[in-house]
Formats: sequence, C-alpha cells, structure tokens
Amino acid sequence: MAGPVLEMRSIVKTFPGVKALSDVSLTVRQGEVHAICGENGAGKSTLMKVLSGVHPHGTYEGDILFEGEVCEFKDIRASEQHGIVIIHQELALVPFLSLAENIFLGNEHASRGIINWNDTLRHATELLRRVGLDDHPETRVADIGVGKQQLVEIAKALSKKVKLLILDEPTAALNDEDSGKLLDLILELKNQGITSIIISHKLNEIRRVADSVTIIRDGRSIETLDVKAPETTEDRIISGMVGRDLDHRFPERTPHDAEVDAAPALEIRNWTVHHPIDQQRKVVDDVSINVRRGEIVGIAGLMGAGRTELAMSVFGRTYGRHAGGTVLKDGKEIRTKTVAEAIGHGIAYVTEDRKHYGLNLIDTINRNISLTALGKVAKRGVVDEHEERQVAERYRKSMNIKAPTVFEPVGKLSGGNQQKVVLSKWIFAGPDVLILDEPTRGIDVGAKYEIYTVIDKLAAEGKAVVFISSELPELLGMCDRIYTMAAGRLTGEFPRAEATQESLMRQMTKDKEVTR
Amino acid sequence: MSTEVTAKSPAPAPPGKSGGAAGGNLLQLILDGMRRNMRQYGMLIALGLIVALFAVWTDGDLLLPRNVSNLVLQNSYILILAIGMMLVIIAGHIDLSVGSLTAFVGAFAAVLTVQNDVSWPVAVVLCLLVGAVAGAVQGFFIAYLGIPSFIVTLAGMLTFRGVTEILLEGQTLGPFPEGLQKIGNGFLPETGPETNYHNLTLLLGIVLIVFVVLQEVRDRKRQQEFSLDVLPTNIFLLKLVAIVSALLTVTLLLASYKGAPIVLIILGLLVVGYGYVMRNSIFGRHIYAIGGNLPAAKLSGVKDKKVTFYVFLNMGVLAALAGLVVAARLNAASPKAGLNYELEAIASAFIGGASMSGGVGTVLGAIIGGLVLGVLNNGMNLLSVGTDWQQVIKGLALLAAVGFDVWNKRKSGS
Repeated sequence: MAGPVLEMRSIVKTFPGVKALSDVSLTVRQGEVHAICGENGAGKSTLMKVLSGVHPHGTYEGDILFEGEVCEFKDIRASEQHGIVIIHQELALVPFLSLAENIFLGNEHASRGIINWNDTLRHATELLRRVGLDDHPETRVADIGVGKQQLVEIAKALSKKVKLLILDEPTAALNDEDSGKLLDLILELKNQGITSIIISHKLNEIRRVADSVTIIRDGRSIETLDVKAPETTEDRIISGMVGRDLDHRFPERTPHDAEVDAAPALEIRNWTVHHPIDQQRKVVDDVSINVRRGEIVGIAGLMGAGRTELAMSVFGRTYGRHAGGTVLKDGKEIRTKTVAEAIGHGIAYVTEDRKHYGLNLIDTINRNISLTALGKVAKRGVVDEHEERQVAERYRKSMNIKAPTVFEPVGKLSGGNQQKVVLSKWIFAGPDVLILDEPTRGIDVGAKYEIYTVIDKLAAEGKAVVFISSELPELLGMCDRIYTMAAGRLTGEFPRAEATQESLMRQMTKDKEVTR
Repeated sequence: MSTEVTAKSPAPAPPGKSGGAAGGNLLQLILDGMRRNMRQYGMLIALGLIVALFAVWTDGDLLLPRNVSNLVLQNSYILILAIGMMLVIIAGHIDLSVGSLTAFVGAFAAVLTVQNDVSWPVAVVLCLLVGAVAGAVQGFFIAYLGIPSFIVTLAGMLTFRGVTEILLEGQTLGPFPEGLQKIGNGFLPETGPETNYHNLTLLLGIVLIVFVVLQEVRDRKRQQEFSLDVLPTNIFLLKLVAIVSALLTVTLLLASYKGAPIVLIILGLLVVGYGYVMRNSIFGRHIYAIGGNLPAAKLSGVKDKKVTFYVFLNMGVLAALAGLVVAARLNAASPKAGLNYELEAIASAFIGGASMSGGVGTVLGAIIGGLVLGVLNNGMNLLSVGTDWQQVIKGLALLAAVGFDVWNKRKSGS
C-alpha cells in the first residue's frame, strides 16, 4: 500500500468553555478514500476545519503533515494552495452566478482584471464533464438541483488542482439517485489519483466507497479500521461510535406506567413532509408516533433523519411543503396549521436552535419568558409588568437561571441559562405536550443535569414529553420509549428495557440501499 | 470541565437579596440600567448640552417663551411622524412614503374644505381615514405579499407625491377654515382671572404633574406588593423632584406666552398613548418580538403578518395627522409640502436609539431624537446659519449619534 499523504498528530482544539478535540490523530494514505465516522458533536467537522485552515495554525495544538512536510495553514487559501479542498455541508455557491463563474470564483481566468470568457467557458465545460455534468456552463446555479450543485462544488475543487478532497456529509441533502452518482464520482476520482476524506454516518455508503474508516468519539480518535477487512462489520463500527462510559448522570426516574387504555395525549399518523425547495424529496416519510401523558418518548436519529422537520411541520407547519397526515390530541383529530392553533391545543415545541428560533436575544429574560403566553399576564390586551416580572422571578428561582436580574438581555447568558429561559417560556405557556428538540445541545454537564430534572418533573406532573436527541446515553437515561428515525423514515421503536446504544445506532444508520 | 461545574453548583444566594450589600448592588443596578439604555441617556444628555449651548450662543433667545412655543409648533409634525416611524423601525421595516403622504393628505383636506365646503371636523375624519387606507394598502403588500417595505414605500413615496400634484394641479390651495387652522397654529383658549400666566395651561400643567406623581407612587406601591425590589426612598424622591421640576419649567415657559399650543396637547397624548402601547400592550410586545427575532416570534405564536399590517396602517394614520398639522400651519396645501419629512423622521428614530435591524427603540427615544434635530434647526435659525450648513450639521449629528452607539456597543463587547 502507498504511504501516508496526510498525518494529523495529537490535535487538540479548545473553544471558550468547551474542548472540541481532546486528542485526535489521523493518517490518510495516498490515493485512498478515508471515511470519518462519529456521532453528532463528536468533533468531525472541527477536525476538518483545523485541517483546512478555517481554524488557523496557532489556535490548536498538534501537528499537520501533508506530503511529508509540516503545514501551518493560516487560512483556507493556504491549504488550497497545497491542494487540500474542503466541501462543506452547506454549499458555498453563489446562486445567481453561472456554473462557470462559480467554479472559478476567486480564481478567475483573467488578465489584468479582465475575465477571458472563452477560456473560462472552455475550461469549465471540461471540468463539468469530468464530474459527469453536461449542463451548459452559463446555467445559473439556482436553476440546477442540490445533487448537481454538489458536483459543481467538486468541479470547483478540481479547478484548484485538488490532491486531497474533503467532503463533509456530502449525501445528507441528496436523494438516493444523486447520492449514488456522487459516490461513483468519488471512486472515479480515486482512480485518477485523488485522495478523499468523507465524513458520513451512513454505514452502507462507507462500506461502498471507503478503504478505511477512522472513528471519532467525544473529541478523541478511537480507532482506524480497514473497511475491506472481513472483521470490519457495521456492528463493529457502531460499537466504536457508541462505546463510551455512561459518565452522564441522570435523575432517578421511576417510569410511569402510562395508562395504556387512555388515548395518547398526542398521536401523529402517517405524517409526510416534502422539502421546501426540492419539493420532490420527502424529508419525513409516512411517520406515525404517539406519546401518552406522563410518558417521555425519545426520538433518536442522526443528522438529516428528519426529526426536527417532523416536529416543526406538526407544530404549525413551520417547516416544509405539502405536510400531510393526521394529528390527534387525546384521541380527537386537531388542526395545527398555524403555530397559534398548535399552542391553543396545548402543544409546545422547544427548538434545537435557541438562538435563531427560540429567543429574542436582544430582549430581556422576563419578556422572553412571557412572549408565548402574554395573555396570562395581561388584562384586555394590557400587560401587567409587575405580574410579568414576578412570573419571571419565579422561573429564575425554580429553574436556577443564573442572572443578576430578570431584566438581563438573554443574549448575555450562557448557553445553559438560555436553554432554561426557553424552557421556562414554554412551561409558562402551560402545554400538555412538550416536544423538546435537542434540549441539552451545547451546554455544560451541570446545566444538563438540571434540565433532565426539569424534564422528569414535567412528566411526573402528567405532561407528555417528546424528547429528540442525538445523544444516546441521554435518551436511554431519560425515556420510557424510544423511536429511531433514519432518512425521514421511522426505523424502530424500543421500550426502555430493550434499548441499548448498539441496537438504537443500528436502526439509526439503517439507510435504504444506495442505488447503483 | 467537571471542576468548573462543581465550582459553580454551590452558588451563593442570588445577588441583590442580601441586605448588607444592597447599597452597592443598587448602584450597580442603576449603572447597569443606564448602560443598557446608553443611547437614550446619552441622547438626553446630548439634548441638554445642545439646549445649553444654543441658549448661551443666542444670549438666552432660545429659551424665550415665544421661541419655545415656536419650537414646538415647528417640529410637531416631524415628532408625530417619528412616533409612527419608530414603530415601523422596531418592527424591522422602513417607511419612505410618509413625507409624500403628508402632502397628499394636506391636498385632500384642501380639496374637501376649500373647494367643496365640507365642514372641517368631517374633513379631519375623512383625512385620517384616507391615511389609514393608504397605510393599510402598503401594509398589505409588505405583510401579506412579502414585498420589502423599502420597495413598497418607495413606490408609495412616488405615487402619493404624484397624486398630490394631480389633486392640486400644481397650485397651492388655501386658506383653510379657522377651525382647521387651529390644529396647526392654535393655542388653548384663555379663561379665568387676569394673571401674568396663561391660566388653562397652568392648570393643565399642574394636573399633569399631580397625575405623574400619583402614577409613580402607585407603581412603587404595586412593586412592593409583589415584593419586588424598589428604588430606595431618597433616590425615588430625587427622581420625583427631577420629573416635577422639568414639567414645571416647561409649563411656566409656555404659560408666560400664549399658553400651550393645541398641537402640543395632541403630541402629549400621542407620546403617552403610544409609550403605553409599546411598553404595556400585547400588540406592542409583539412588535418588539418580530423586530428582534422574526423566526422565534413566529414559533412563539405571534401573528407576525397581522402585526406588520397594523404597524403600517398606524403609520398611515399618523402621517395623515401630520399632514393636517402641516397644512393647517401653512394655512395652505402645497404640492411641495412634506418634502424630506420621511428622512427627518427616520433620522429622529435612529438618533433616538432605534436599530437598523429592528427590535430596539422607544417612543420617548424618537421624541428625544426629533427634539435634538429640532433644537439644532431652531438654534441655527436664531444664529442665522444658512440652510446649507444646517443640512451638513444635521447629517453629521446623525452620523455621530449612531457612530457613538456602535462604538459603545463594541466596547462593551456585545
């Protein structure tokens, strides 16, 4: 086998308050396709950002050797000059420029600032053909599908004389056919001598294209496996991904045996949602779930599984197009076409993205908490500020929100305290059903425990809780029942007693066979 | 990481509760509050400085009762527009059409009263209705069709200006019936015994002072009832004295000339009313919410489209009111009326603490911003500074005010 083209040695990367990478080493051989695998938040993307110079030299510890020499990239341009090109999950194309203009953006065929269009178009056509596209190079990026856009990104990489191509979850937004084409292209490029690193959690894809796989867990590189070796089964990879100590603590929870006879507090039947732009693609496909009063039901899944999309489309059609299916509350069908209707039926959705969808960061704690249920502190449309302040003070104490006063702007609080404000806001709304989307993302262990306690209390009070999370130990520690989702479909349902990290992960990585 | 957590968990009692440290914390609290409203306090201080400077430069002419009265009359329509504009900007939008709309409503009023002998109270109502419709149409395009407010109101600016010229056939139309003129030029009627002061104005001023004091005291009592922290007695008294003396000064100044202008009464009602709506009503809260973070507001069940629609409808009504005041003051409807008023109103809002990205600002801020511009105008007029230099200075004042705010924010690291 060929020697290593890239070596990353003991990389440590710290963000304020969080150690994203504790100790990662990675060796990629010349001409191979190397997969990187790990749970959400394991540190895969951070590692690639270190490699490509997004996090410049000096902000991390450890060494990077590329083609045998030590590299100290100070920005992306520097890494690209060495032939390392990263394609991010969110594509970086300008939608209203042509394919050719995008391919050579920042790298134009020009002399003295004047673009040579003949040269540009000829060269672009060549590159597009190499990635299997026969679209005219003057087509606008906005007019082609996501799958093709991904290929244009690769053409752009090729124009930069790429030696090492990094793809961050390249198929997450693609349908089966486009995914298949993309994987074929990666293999084709391999034959042309281009080394690739592919971040993915779709195990069947990894088995199909990768030569070796490095598993990253909690900011550490765990092991590197030879994919072609017979002992490297999907189960083997899964156990590497999840095999961590259960170092999170959970409140003692006695599962309430929910009254089985009573109708579920919330039942979703045959729910299907299409992508808002790529309307052919089903983001949620015929999903049916239910949750009873006093029950905590988990939904496990990796990125792109459609969990958030399911929740948001049910909650006032705030995601996607052509959402279809039935929603039942206490056995009766309800309409949830607007957020106000959903709230009116006693449903609360606590977003995974508190900064963008959860809070008005420039406003104060008390005003954020009261927003969804202003009517409760108001008479005839007039808010009683004193009562509002008192309510906020109550939550500040009971939820242990660490802030000097409730007049503090929410933007100044730490992530954990912001999360407590979002939770307070929805608890104050007085719902029967709470859908919590990644309620502990990005917050420290102490605050996590406090939030688990709150969730537990909510269930004990007879509320129905849907708990969406990517952290399996958390689901196993908190839930009475766990559903798994993959690629928009429901792939399993486990009672608490039968669920293990391995069994969940197997269902979470179960993807339809990639079309060949 | 785990050590950090254990260090945090045995957190001491929440700050501000322990009696001994109350004094220090309180000062901290006041300072924090001031820092949070830096732009407004800053502008209030700047306004005070500008007033003092011009008072000195004009040998006290600026603060002559007649001039104060004039200042109010000259700037009332910009202040009325600034209130509505503040709401629009807080909601995250902009309205460029208000200057043209004031001209249009003035023209409409002239056509009604001068050409068609409609009685003036009816004309006023019809004018306000026209303003509401104009605002509603623009609001519909912005809220429900999702066309950016900049575009819609730019179109409105051109359209209303054009319609004004069509209505007036390029001519100036006047004079207005006496009743209507009073809205722009009138003062409260004089009654009662002969004193050196305007009796009704004095009375009104005193009633206002008593009302404000009672309100403050009641508010404090309510806070205590809810066992919330309140200002200590001496600071509270100091605040009361400051408020009373400020109100008393203005009252005496006005009462020693012709009394309170009618438009000032209107303006006062608007400030109190809109201030209350923005601070205490659910509608006001929803405006802040959609301006501060639209997706979050939507996910919280705020009917963002409806709120946006009403904000623009309201702007239309206020623009109509300003149009009536302008026309009444000039005693004529002119095709060139209200030129650049939208820009003055927008500048007032930004000087008074609004943010380009929305979600921030107060009605009082808009008034302070408008007064800064107004005093600059008036003071420079008294000093016979040409309009050319006035423009330059006002432009620099806007840049300085917002620049100071940006700098201050960056310094405090938010």
